[in-house]
Amino acid sequence: MAKITFIDHDGTKRDVEADNGLSVMEAAVNNMVPGIDADCGGACACATCHVYVDDAWMGKTGEISDMEETMLDFAEDRRENSRLSCQIKISDDLDGLVVTTPESQH
Amino acid sequence: MTAETQPEVIVIVGAGHGAGQCAASLRQEGFEGKIVLIGEEPYLPYQRPPLSKKFLSGELTIERVYFKPADFYATAEVDVRLNTRVTEIDRAAKEVVTTDGTRVAYDKLILTTGSRVRELKAPGAGLKGIHYLRTIDDVEGLKTDFHAGKRMVIVGAGYVGLEVAAVALKHGLEVTVLEMEPRVLARVTSPEVSQFFHDVHTEAGVNILYGHAVTEFKGDGHLQEAVLSNGSTMQADIALIGIGILPNVELAEAAGIACHNGIQVDEVCRTSDPDIFAAGDCTEHPNPIYGRRIRLESVHNALEQAKTAAAAALGKEKPYAQVPWFWSDQYDLKLQMAGLNQGYDEVVLRGDPKSRKFAAFYLKDGVLIAVDAINAAPEYMIGRKLIGEKARVAPERLRDINVNMKEVADS
Repeated sequence: MAKITFIDHDGTKRDVEADNGLSVMEAAVNNMVPGIDADCGGACACATCHVYVDDAWMGKTGEISDMEETMLDFAEDRRENSRLSCQIKISDDLDGLVVTTPESQH
Repeated sequence: MTAETQPEVIVIVGAGHGAGQCAASLRQEGFEGKIVLIGEEPYLPYQRPPLSKKFLSGELTIERVYFKPADFYATAEVDVRLNTRVTEIDRAAKEVVTTDGTRVAYDKLILTTGSRVRELKAPGAGLKGIHYLRTIDDVEGLKTDFHAGKRMVIVGAGYVGLEVAAVALKHGLEVTVLEMEPRVLARVTSPEVSQFFHDVHTEAGVNILYGHAVTEFKGDGHLQEAVLSNGSTMQADIALIGIGILPNVELAEAAGIACHNGIQVDEVCRTSDPDIFAAGDCTEHPNPIYGRRIRLESVHNALEQAKTAAAAALGKEKPYAQVPWFWSDQYDLKLQMAGLNQGYDEVVLRGDPKSRKFAAFYLKDGVLIAVDAINAAPEYMIGRKLIGEKARVAPERLRDINVNMKEVADS
């Protein structure tokens, strides 16, 4: 179980509780967090679940696969702390995670 | 300007991707009235793409397949009625009628009736061991016969057939695919990409036979043999039929709503009745990028049209204008497709298919209209963007892997 905070591009915060093993994308979709569409349902095929991970958490969100890397490379407004939220798996270690959704997904 | 009265009750018929998204979008758009979602299956809206992939292979449990968790519907106050089929739309009374005669009144109605499998009409098609793949129940049925060592015949080399072939092979089944056309994925891709998928599947151990249909299934209660169109027979323990889907238009048609190759809708998903909207596989809709009316069988279309229909039901016009896109997972391959390639006059390959990482770009009069990308995300992502822009792209730049995809259009 982990608490995750989603911040809109305009600063609106939403806290969500999510079970271990789910992805951060699923936590968002299950709780109607706007800005994360996840059209492909987590197949790393669409880049519509792009988030910016708070710098303090970047080291804990796991490895970026080659596929995610290339999808991100072509997502809009990629930054150093960009991830596809469908590829971040929730665990106790991520309790308190803070991510921001990009403006282009709203 | 007179403010239109806001609806009090919105009824959604169907419980697929489109229905789930409609319910969510209505709330996100600020609708505070009553939402009734009526579905004939016993399940909450769920995602169909994993059915032929990770749900069949057992990697995903049913909870992960649901579109939203059960408590979403409680929180969003959606009155979900499952195991319930709508048999009639009474447009005069603005009510839908369900199997048991219950009448549900609506102010606005959204039809997300989706599609159903095309059935194979052949003697013996009702034998045990013969399956289709469209619903959770279909997969649960298929799983009871899905065991290592079984001989499986798959009728139809479309996405469903090929995805199941890949999973079946991994499970140790012996797999034969029968296809009427001379190539796999004939309806959706070019001969070049078909050849690649033929090679991938045959190298993996799938036996693909072209120009064959099944004329009869034989067995003593359970499938034992398939008779092919050339008269030969094939031993089989299990069959999967994947020969396409048909849009569910009958409910709308019977109510006098305009239908032709799908429920006819305009750019905001409105049908010929201004209080009735439709979204997803069941619609035929205008696509401004291609300048023609199309019907799509895809998740992306169901989701995007659902958002448009939900907004339109609340009096907000958010015209639908999307580049269609699709994906398929087979073995270690991720196929991502954007656009529609019908009418292309040139196909440009970028990368070597033998490396299992390449893309096929389709051009018409020099304009990029579609791309099929295999393990090639940059080609897919940039291709999709350029298709939306109706960009002209020089074939020699597309073909040259030394030209970065980001710069491919700069000429």
